[in-house]
Amino acid sequence: MAEITLKGLAHSYLPDPQSPEDYAIREMDHVWHQGGAFALLGPSGCGKSTLLNIISGLLEPSGGEVLFDGEKVNSLSPEARNIAQVFQFPVVYDTMTVYDNLAFPLRNVGTAAGRVHERVMEVAEVLELTPQLKRKAKNLTADEKQKVSMGRGLVREDVSAILFDEPLTVIDPQLKWKLRRKLKEIHRRFNITMVYVTHDQLEASTFADKIAVMYEGQVVQFGTPRELFEAPNHTFVGYFIGSPGMNFLPVAMEGGRVMCGEAPLVVGEAFEKALQATSSENVKLGIRPEFVEAHATEVKGATEAEVVDIQDLGTYAILSLRLGGILLKARLDEDEPRPRVRAWLRFPVGRLGLYVDEFRVEVPHE
Amino acid sequence: MSLTLEDIDLSVGGEPYISGVSLELQPGSFNVLLGRTLAGKTTLMRLMAGLDSPSGGRVLMNGQDVTGVSVRHRNVSMVYQQFINYPSLSVYDNIASPLKLAGVARREIDRRVRETAEMLHIEHLLERLPLELSGGQQQRTAMGRALVKDADIVLFDEPLVNLDYKLREEFREELRALFNERHCIAVYATTEPSEALALGGHTAVLHEGRLLQYGRSEDVYHRPLTLQTAELFSEPPINVLHGIVSGNEVTFDRQVHFPLSDELSRLMPGEYRFGVRPAHVSLTRRADDDIEVTMAVDMAEISGSETFLHVADERFHLTVHLEGVHEFEPGQTVTLYIPAHKVYAFDRQGAVVHIPVHAGRA
Amino acid sequence: MNNKVYNNRAWWLILPMLLLVAFSAIIPLMTVVNYSVQDVFDAHTRFFTGTEWFRETLNDPTLQMALLRQFAFSFTVLAIEVPLGIGIALLMPKRGWQASAVLILVTMPLLIPWNVVGSIWQIFTRGDIGLMGWSLRELGYGYNITRSATDAWGTIVLMDVWHWTPLIALLSYSGLRSIPDAYYQAARIDRASQWAVFRYIQLPKLTNVLVIGVLLRFMHSFMIYAEPFVLTGGGPGSSTTFLSQSLTTMAIGQQDLGPSAAFSIIYFLIILLVCWVFYTAIMNLQKDKQERGV
Repeated sequence: MAEITLKGLAHSYLPDPQSPEDYAIREMDHVWHQGGAFALLGPSGCGKSTLLNIISGLLEPSGGEVLFDGEKVNSLSPEARNIAQVFQFPVVYDTMTVYDNLAFPLRNVGTAAGRVHERVMEVAEVLELTPQLKRKAKNLTADEKQKVSMGRGLVREDVSAILFDEPLTVIDPQLKWKLRRKLKEIHRRFNITMVYVTHDQLEASTFADKIAVMYEGQVVQFGTPRELFEAPNHTFVGYFIGSPGMNFLPVAMEGGRVMCGEAPLVVGEAFEKALQATSSENVKLGIRPEFVEAHATEVKGATEAEVVDIQDLGTYAILSLRLGGILLKARLDEDEPRPRVRAWLRFPVGRLGLYVDEFRVEVPHE
Repeated sequence: MSLTLEDIDLSVGGEPYISGVSLELQPGSFNVLLGRTLAGKTTLMRLMAGLDSPSGGRVLMNGQDVTGVSVRHRNVSMVYQQFINYPSLSVYDNIASPLKLAGVARREIDRRVRETAEMLHIEHLLERLPLELSGGQQQRTAMGRALVKDADIVLFDEPLVNLDYKLREEFREELRALFNERHCIAVYATTEPSEALALGGHTAVLHEGRLLQYGRSEDVYHRPLTLQTAELFSEPPINVLHGIVSGNEVTFDRQVHFPLSDELSRLMPGEYRFGVRPAHVSLTRRADDDIEVTMAVDMAEISGSETFLHVADERFHLTVHLEGVHEFEPGQTVTLYIPAHKVYAFDRQGAVVHIPVHAGRA
Repeated sequence: MNNKVYNNRAWWLILPMLLLVAFSAIIPLMTVVNYSVQDVFDAHTRFFTGTEWFRETLNDPTLQMALLRQFAFSFTVLAIEVPLGIGIALLMPKRGWQASAVLILVTMPLLIPWNVVGSIWQIFTRGDIGLMGWSLRELGYGYNITRSATDAWGTIVLMDVWHWTPLIALLSYSGLRSIPDAYYQAARIDRASQWAVFRYIQLPKLTNVLVIGVLLRFMHSFMIYAEPFVLTGGGPGSSTTFLSQSLTTMAIGQQDLGPSAAFSIIYFLIILLVCWVFYTAIMNLQKDKQERGV
């Protein structure tokens, strides 16, 4: 059982890093509380595997500290940290039975046979592996193997955290759902800190209470799935979370009006003030396609846009639009009237976000 | 160029792989083969390409019988799940390879390779080797090789499964635009209903080597002929409720009674299976004739901008597809509303007997 | 998905291979069979003898002894070379220039022709100028391979171990390299001992290459000829005379074509049988108990 703290943590594979680009992990501070379910989410090459290896102890960070329950573990090996890990490709001891696989970590530290049996039976029950206990691990299916490798972590009573490295990669699509659900159930049942690395938003947000979204070696947001959806902290989070991702409209104040290219937008006084206050050239308004109102006929306070494409996705449609030279998307329910050539767009102020230099800026509402 | 399959059969060692598939693909059409793993998608593609010959039936191209003609004598190209390129050739030479084999003049090759690369946004990578590229770029190179030679038929065998979802989103949109301007027949295999819809065009739903339905993708989606099609062409699968119609009410599982709505009132008394799409089930009442059920939450899955809520009790298991992120605790009770005017009804054999009046007519 | 299409024309494709095998194996083998059941006097005079040559061969005490020696030799070298080869593979560096250097050093003995190996060792073991022979004598041991059967035996075994252990080491090394890092990480996390890592990760992953190694080494060692012939000439007495040397003496030296043909066939069948037993035994080890219905 452990609380994991990352204090001023940074890592570079270069001996003498100069610029921020030289770092695989840029300086970060995080506290992952005991018993939580966390996900590290990001595209390939964002540094999430490096961070996982630092936490597991396979890699020593070049700067900062990793603390387990307040104790510095930077140079401790994985076995000394009491962590368990489930890898991308199932790792089982082929020649052993499922039972022996599960018993292995306990037997290695000389646990009494009776206790081993008790633990193995308990964990096998939870993982629904009881019928397979006598089979050789080699002959299991990929999802059963992943359960076995997870079980080897669960049988240990001293395990402080379980790390998952894209554990569903080789699982059949139809079975992924079952395994995701099992993971959730296990997390609720065992009070163990779990960290799950993935590039898949569904896996991350289903599994985790809190998600760290990583981009270019930084955690750009650490929040609940709802926070990532409703108030992305960074344009990358907005783009990466959600299908399709968030719209970002470059805007500027011109003659007292908010302009997106040549199109004026009605976004309320608070935004106008905030826009006037900033000196940056890189200012964008962010809004999710779900919240863009697209009308087929002219309505008050709306801006006219050109319809580029309509994707009918069955129970809803995605409208591709061009507004002042900028492309954006809107999501329409199947019952809403669909604009064909021209659409009139409104942006509900409560759903808008202001992004200055790619980061979200809070806009005080009166 | 049109492609016609006439009553195609393929069995291997007495085991049927494809049974009685008839399909007519129009010139310039984009066709999706939708089905689960082992539904026969790849097999059917190989038959279309001429990589295998059918054990029964005919394959016609432009009305001409090409059943026994090998793939070398048909102008087809194929893109696979794995990113297949020549590892020792640059991206340029990879894309140029089919043209070189066909003996096209060098200047013409150069023009077409650059044009294709530009279309696929890899014009800046032409000098690189495939293994120096990201997965998405490797697949673009493979697509370049398939598209450069002006094939009559381009076959895609689940080309996006090995890419992450953001890239998939981009690719789908690009492919849609790309094939709008081409005149070849595109055939695209996928296991994902949302992909079939996103790509537009036509969809053929396959199951265990049989063709269940073929038509415009939206039509097949909104007007499935059988329960099986409705289940396969819906992600998550359409919810199915067993019900008995008697008099002017419907009884679900002999326990829950509801008055029949206007639309459903013309159903004859008897046993039915009612289908309702996960996206149509709602947490709020929207119409008077909504069917109200209260159940316990099994699990909520969140996918960035959507929530899939699984609820169950001893009688039913329902999946609800909600827009936005919603948090639920397992075991929590929720009240759900099923809109009666969006319910499909299927008879005991699974044939559709009622399609909601407004399906797909927004 | 299995897309196999049955097309009987495909049989034509293996026709060249069949012809090749016929010329290289079947026809020579058949000539041997032909000789083994006849007594040939000259090009025109021959008698059918039935199983006589076979009975004679099987009852020949010299050959029986040679066969026993042969088995003893093969099993001795296997018992030494397999564990030793695995041990060397485990100790070999994994990466860097050291890995390449050690790899080349280990491969060296494999590149030397059989009869040259015999000559090298012949000189090496000489009491007057050979490094090993001279050293042993200086140490007070009366080492002499032309007098002592034990010395001769030990030296031949040592020579074979020196010559062929590298093959097992190389096979094992390639097998070990193919084990993904994740397995070692998982074992560390499970706090497995070095021995457990070897027993449950490395050895199971080596099984397949070891099957090939053991079969190759068995066949090789069972047919050993040039090395002992050059080193000891089969002596002292007949203490290091193995099957192939007996056969050569019989066929070339005494021109007893009939008995030596029968002998060849028996020889061939023994190798085939032992290989089959080896293979089946090892493959059975890997099977699940449930699959065997236990």
